[in-house]
Amino acid sequence: MKRTIQMIMLAANIIVMMAATGSLARGQAGGLQSLRGETPLTDTTAAPAVRKQNTSAGRFNRAYRQQPPLIPHNIEKYQINLKVNQCMRCHDWPYNVEEGAPKISETHYVDRKGVALDRVSRTRWFCTQCHVPQANARPLVDNDFESTVNVR
Amino acid sequence: MNDDNREAGTDSTSNAAGEAGLWQRFFRPSRQRSIAFICAMGFAAGVVFWGGFNWAMEMTNTESFCLSCHEMEDNVYREYRKTIHYTNRTGVRATCPDCHVPREWGHKMVRKIQASNELLHHLLGSLDTREKFENKRLKLAKNEWKRMKRNDSRECRNCHGFDYMDLTKQENRADRRHEQALKENMTCIDCHKGIAHELPAGIEEAERELGVGVYRSASKK
Repeated sequence: MKRTIQMIMLAANIIVMMAATGSLARGQAGGLQSLRGETPLTDTTAAPAVRKQNTSAGRFNRAYRQQPPLIPHNIEKYQINLKVNQCMRCHDWPYNVEEGAPKISETHYVDRKGVALDRVSRTRWFCTQCHVPQANARPLVDNDFESTVNVR
Repeated sequence: MNDDNREAGTDSTSNAAGEAGLWQRFFRPSRQRSIAFICAMGFAAGVVFWGGFNWAMEMTNTESFCLSCHEMEDNVYREYRKTIHYTNRTGVRATCPDCHVPREWGHKMVRKIQASNELLHHLLGSLDTREKFENKRLKLAKNEWKRMKRNDSRECRNCHGFDYMDLTKQENRADRRHEQALKENMTCIDCHKGIAHELPAGIEEAERELGVGVYRSASKK
């Protein structure tokens, strides 16, 4: 009896696996459509086109108040590492005055214990962890996201 | 005159048997060869030596020669490979000598003689680990910045003609800054530090020392 049940379970597993493999080969897992599209898992998808940064569009608006502002200019090759942060060359005080660049928010001068500092807090050192360059990137999936400007 | 009758062994430059040493023979007038022949030989030797000298100078002026020292290849070359002077849209590039060795012959010779210091430190192993290099990075960078300030970024201007820059083709920020630089007679290295290698820590103090950027003299602010 136990043996029969084991055989039935094994057969069911095999059937399910074959069905799954079949659907995987069609790019779907259990009927789920993913961003891969129709490319089977065994093939490599074509790489998406390189998105050039939009540096002439002015400043994009934020979608919600706390959003880190987007970077409207080219930041290729700007070095941010343990030794140096080139963003600060224009955006830190007193350089921002002459450069005419937005000064980084006062929140960046407070460390995680709430102590106010004279230099940028080390917890905020790596700008591009939060601030991304502007780009003309279409949404990957259709959505009805709305900026909070409209719903406040 | 009794010169023709003088025995070979009676003057001071030969031994008793009349044979002169190699050195003495070198400084005696030639018996078999004409002056024309000797001059032609000298000219040919001069060509060979001068050519060889220049060949050696140019051979030590190549990127591959610079990279033969592992300190260069492991540290500055790896950083340089991520920069625009290594790979860019047009493929026009600058390698080690283009920025670090002057093109004019006189300045080049001075630099080549200074390079013996680098050879010495290579043999001493002053920078042979990454940690030693990082510790010295600021000092080495400041040396180069001071050199470029002294010669008004001569090596940059070998390729980048400031007066021929089309400012309308540049980004807004670059346009503004280059106009300001032209007006205030700034030099390339004042702003374009770290263009080919990683910047060192402590750059603010260095800029204060050099008097560039916001630390320019108060009259220019």
